[in-house]
Amino acid sequence: MDVAIALLVGAFMTLGIFLMLSRSVIRMLLGLALLGNGINLLIFVSGRLSREAPPIVPPGAYVPEGAIANPLPQALILTAIVIGFAMFAYLLILGMRAYQSLDADHTDTMRLAEPEDGPRPPLSY
Amino acid sequence: MNEAMITTPTSWADWILILPVVLPLMGAALMLALRAIRGTQAPVAFLVTLAVLVFDIALFLRVLETGPIAMTMGRWLPPFGISFTADLLGAGLAAISALVTLVILVVLGAEPRRHAGRDSLYPLVLMLLCGVSGAFLTGDLFNLYVWFEVMLIASFGLMAITGTPLVLDGTIKYGFINFLATSLFLAALGLAYGLLGTLNMADMAILAGDANPAAMGVIAALLLLAFGIKAAAFPVNAWLPASYHTPPAVISALMGALLTKVGVYALLRTLITMFPDARALLDPVIVTAAIATLLLSPLGAIAETNLRRAIGFLVMGGIGACLAGLALPSVDGLAGTSFYLGHAMVTMTALYLLAGFVEKVTGETDSRAMGGVYGAQSWLSILFFVVMLAAAGVPPFLGFWPKLMLVEAGFDLSGFFDGAPGYEAVPLLLVGAIILNAWLTLIAGTRLWAHIFLRPGREGALSEQPNDRLVRLGRREALIGLGSTGLLVGGIVIAGLLPDFAIGAARIAATDLLDPARYLAAVGLGGGQ
Repeated sequence: MDVAIALLVGAFMTLGIFLMLSRSVIRMLLGLALLGNGINLLIFVSGRLSREAPPIVPPGAYVPEGAIANPLPQALILTAIVIGFAMFAYLLILGMRAYQSLDADHTDTMRLAEPEDGPRPPLSY
Repeated sequence: MNEAMITTPTSWADWILILPVVLPLMGAALMLALRAIRGTQAPVAFLVTLAVLVFDIALFLRVLETGPIAMTMGRWLPPFGISFTADLLGAGLAAISALVTLVILVVLGAEPRRHAGRDSLYPLVLMLLCGVSGAFLTGDLFNLYVWFEVMLIASFGLMAITGTPLVLDGTIKYGFINFLATSLFLAALGLAYGLLGTLNMADMAILAGDANPAAMGVIAALLLLAFGIKAAAFPVNAWLPASYHTPPAVISALMGALLTKVGVYALLRTLITMFPDARALLDPVIVTAAIATLLLSPLGAIAETNLRRAIGFLVMGGIGACLAGLALPSVDGLAGTSFYLGHAMVTMTALYLLAGFVEKVTGETDSRAMGGVYGAQSWLSILFFVVMLAAAGVPPFLGFWPKLMLVEAGFDLSGFFDGAPGYEAVPLLLVGAIILNAWLTLIAGTRLWAHIFLRPGREGALSEQPNDRLVRLGRREALIGLGSTGLLVGGIVIAGLLPDFAIGAARIAATDLLDPARYLAAVGLGGGQ
């Protein structure tokens, strides 16, 4: 199971990097989302996958009885998913606004901040 | 119960550790609630930041006196609860970031025009301060990731706040690459958790020594890439000059002061304190990145005509100096880096704020179209010149001392002057790059000064004619805005003339970074329990 998930992580990351190398803003964003999901799975698998019981401490005891599944990676992933979702939503809106006001969803045509034919260095002094 | 949980309540004095994070968080929420009442946001933001500064200074003095302190959340004993840990470096940088934010808030409040989106401007500034303070004070790697994201989303909002096409262009480049950097950090953190089974920084520092060195090398390389992007180190620095000049100057100042420095702090914390063996593996990469950043950034500043873009290149040059200290892991070298971080925060803030005033006076962003400001605004010219000298590291000013410490560390580690035969070439290369960087920065700075202030008019045929497009600063802006920036510059000058305290504190911080015994003991994990 670990190997299968590890391969899945690899596939997600490959696709994510491939999409991020594109110059279209939406593709780059989808690439980032895929990469983020790959990383979430990576955290999941690095917490070791096991078919154990849920981590519930029985009443009156301080430690659960027997082997339990590791709950920490799930808490980490949950946090990361929420943050990643917020970032994704923000960047999506940003891309849309940029498309509306710059009329560009291609990074080659977004050259306002860095003009393509920049001025030559000042020659005096 | 006693074996797994903290049963005694935390003493009230220890709460000082989380107040720099809690206060801005609550202040931002309060300000969003008060947004309909005009004129409340600026004073609330100022008071909250002032309180954060006071608590940060108290925390710094306490750490200076007693050594690092820690607090673990949720009554769980470390490493199970999330620890907040303040050592001298973290507390000192948190205090400087609060100071810088305070000055920026004053300058912002003195601006005559309301910025677009002002309802969310002050809450976002406080959220940025919250994220930065959290990153400096946390003792848990996943918590550090969360503070990075808090900082990131606040900076996204601040950068895009005016919503002009120029700003949207800059924010897209800034946003994508920085989100990628935090994602890579998350991947490194997941791998480190899989290998060590813990996320508490102190616990990781203890366990990392016995872990598989190859696997630790991979984790350290990912961390170096992620924080290198954050810190804008060559070759992953192209986003900074593409974005930092697009928002209003006060927001540029806030970002240029805080964000890249947190990246360097995270590099110091992870690669020096936690994974020193893995850092040694990456030494050639760090040295190359440091030298390239040191040399290429000021060259960019010399070639650039847009004033704030040129300053962006100078910010990156400072990052190169910090990375040089990371490649010279002795007490002197790390003390140099720690001192340089504090110096770069205040100096770059002052530089961006002064650039903002220059842009207001001339009505231009391009230094070719500026000129003649010396006649109109002599105070502004003097302040700009002093800050440029401080940034370049001309002897009596602030930037000189950390560079001197770095050069000293380079000579010590190379063994060139100890009389014994043979020496290491790499530290000498770093020393050469630091000195060349100072020289190139001085050229870039004085050229900018000559073009903007000394030359009577604009570039070209009009350069000998007086510049007739200059505008006078409003009275309130000149008095409060320029005055508070002047106070900051005065502080920079005084700190440069009396550097003993800062050098001493930087040395203590560097000693704790190199030998984390006191850090581990503060969390409660040291001493082989």
